Amino acid sequence: MSQPLIQPSRAKSMTIGESGLALVFTVTAFLCVIASAKAVDRPFAFHAALAAAASVASVFVILNRYFDRPATLPPQEINGRPNYNLGPIKFGAAIAMFWGIAGFLVGLIIAAQLAWPELNFEPWLSFGRLRPLHTSAVIFAFGGNVLIATSFYVVQKTCRVRLAGELAPWFVVLGYNFFILVAGSGYLLGVTQSKEYAEPEWYADLWLTIVWVVYLLVFLGTVIRRKEPHIFVANWFYLAFIVTIAVLHLVNNPALPVSVFGSKSYIAWGGVQDAMFQWWYGHNAVGFFLTAGFLAIMYYFIPKRAERPIYSYRLSIIHFWSLIFLYIWAGPHHLHYTALPDWTQTLGMTFSVMLWMPSWGGMINGLMTLSGAWDKLRTDPVLRMLVVSVAFYGMSTFEGPMMSIKVVNSLSHYTDWTIGHVHSGALGWVGFVSFGALYCLVPWLWDRRLYSLKLVNWHFWVSTLGIVLYISAMWVSGILQGLMWRAYTSLGFLEYSFIETVEAMHPFYVIRAAGGALFLIGSLIMAYNLWMTVRAGEVEVSSPVALQPAQ
Amino acid sequence: MNAILIVHNTASYLVTTVWTPVFVAIFALIVAYALWPRNKAAFDEAAKMPLRED
Repeated sequence: MSQPLIQPSRAKSMTIGESGLALVFTVTAFLCVIASAKAVDRPFAFHAALAAAASVASVFVILNRYFDRPATLPPQEINGRPNYNLGPIKFGAAIAMFWGIAGFLVGLIIAAQLAWPELNFEPWLSFGRLRPLHTSAVIFAFGGNVLIATSFYVVQKTCRVRLAGELAPWFVVLGYNFFILVAGSGYLLGVTQSKEYAEPEWYADLWLTIVWVVYLLVFLGTVIRRKEPHIFVANWFYLAFIVTIAVLHLVNNPALPVSVFGSKSYIAWGGVQDAMFQWWYGHNAVGFFLTAGFLAIMYYFIPKRAERPIYSYRLSIIHFWSLIFLYIWAGPHHLHYTALPDWTQTLGMTFSVMLWMPSWGGMINGLMTLSGAWDKLRTDPVLRMLVVSVAFYGMSTFEGPMMSIKVVNSLSHYTDWTIGHVHSGALGWVGFVSFGALYCLVPWLWDRRLYSLKLVNWHFWVSTLGIVLYISAMWVSGILQGLMWRAYTSLGFLEYSFIETVEAMHPFYVIRAAGGALFLIGSLIMAYNLWMTVRAGEVEVSSPVALQPAQ
Repeated sequence: MNAILIVHNTASYLVTTVWTPVFVAIFALIVAYALWPRNKAAFDEAAKMPLRED
């Protein structure tokens, strides 16, 4: 007979999630072993074996966790304060740093391959296979883990409630990184559906869909149970990111595999429709993954770090909704002067130009949040990194609409100018805002002081120099390339052969590789700093810079 | 094939007629909500949300 008034010694039992997930992974392990044995190509056999191993490991971890935990699940609150779930966030933050370094390193390798083609080692380390590895590693592995980690942190803090689910948040971070592993190793083995930023094949896509739906449920579940009546603007941006990426992923990737035991598939869309869906997807990956998600970081971390409220909350609402209404139409500017109907191209261009307004409104909102705290830029390199990222956001969102104008695009398209533009956004905006967020997040998560602000300062300047070298080299190279392609002689012949334009790029490719090397060095400084923060942080090590008052 | 055409024609009809004014109206309502003077105090509070400690 139970006695509810006395502290019951409850019998320990598995939750439905624990037993259900253990069962699902057991079945998955068996199915994957069978798939691996029946595979029609070797990469598929490898991936199926990898999935089988991961499933077995998952079952082991779930059972182990069950045996180690007390009978009751972690409480929602302790002494009236929310019992925040930080474990999955710690994992996400740490692995983001790892993938970041890996992605920057692969970027440096392919930059060197472009400057010195002898560095192509076929087949696995050829440019064609390493390039998607680089883009996916920096965007989805580094950026994605930063977004998942910060979103789980921000949603808990601003809703004042523990993250929904116990195993689900772990399923999201681990499942997402398993997707990265399958996608990345697939590229090296030659598995790709050849859609830019959507290279993973059908089985990786299906797995990501499951993970992403759980991510949405965890995020929504947390928002629904919130203790704060108002849903903070950063959560709106995160939610837009999660929902839109789900829609983009599903619509761009419907594919029919040649065999359920093989890696090759054919996409449902054909011809110009395929191109349109691809760049609708591609540009909204920029708009909702690389912009909306990281704007959420801006709206939480900059006020928090500057200890100032958001400059204009009203502007943040208008910023959000105008981005949502406009961004989704901008994709066709990737297909100027192609078989895509003219009106669609013009539509894409028009909406891109209109995006100037919300982008700059948002930038002003981020920068002006420092009103009354500008002196902190001199003393706090982390805040400086966050603020400079917003400046880069403003710069690249000015450049982007300009490049989407058809006459400008006729010069810039297919040249290195595009690469320069992408990297001013990726390195300057996404990179720096992520670095700033991680420099805030790691000390908060582990309850430590940041090991060294001086090293942050070094990271900031080394990386900034790298970005400047990178983007200026690509501007010069791209415009030179574009002008050489369209140069005619007085008799109406093309002035330069294609190979002459390639030769002209060489010095700029070397400068670009040097810039990339500096950016990589900066990230290594950061990794050391964060590592020492977690390891030695309890010893009071603080740079005097932070304590000095403004002069 | 006919069904696809009907869907396509209906979709293009909606996109080229009611869609634009409806979206503009929704957006105008959102802007009005954001700028409504009575909402200012609540939004000024919300702007401080990242600074709250628990």
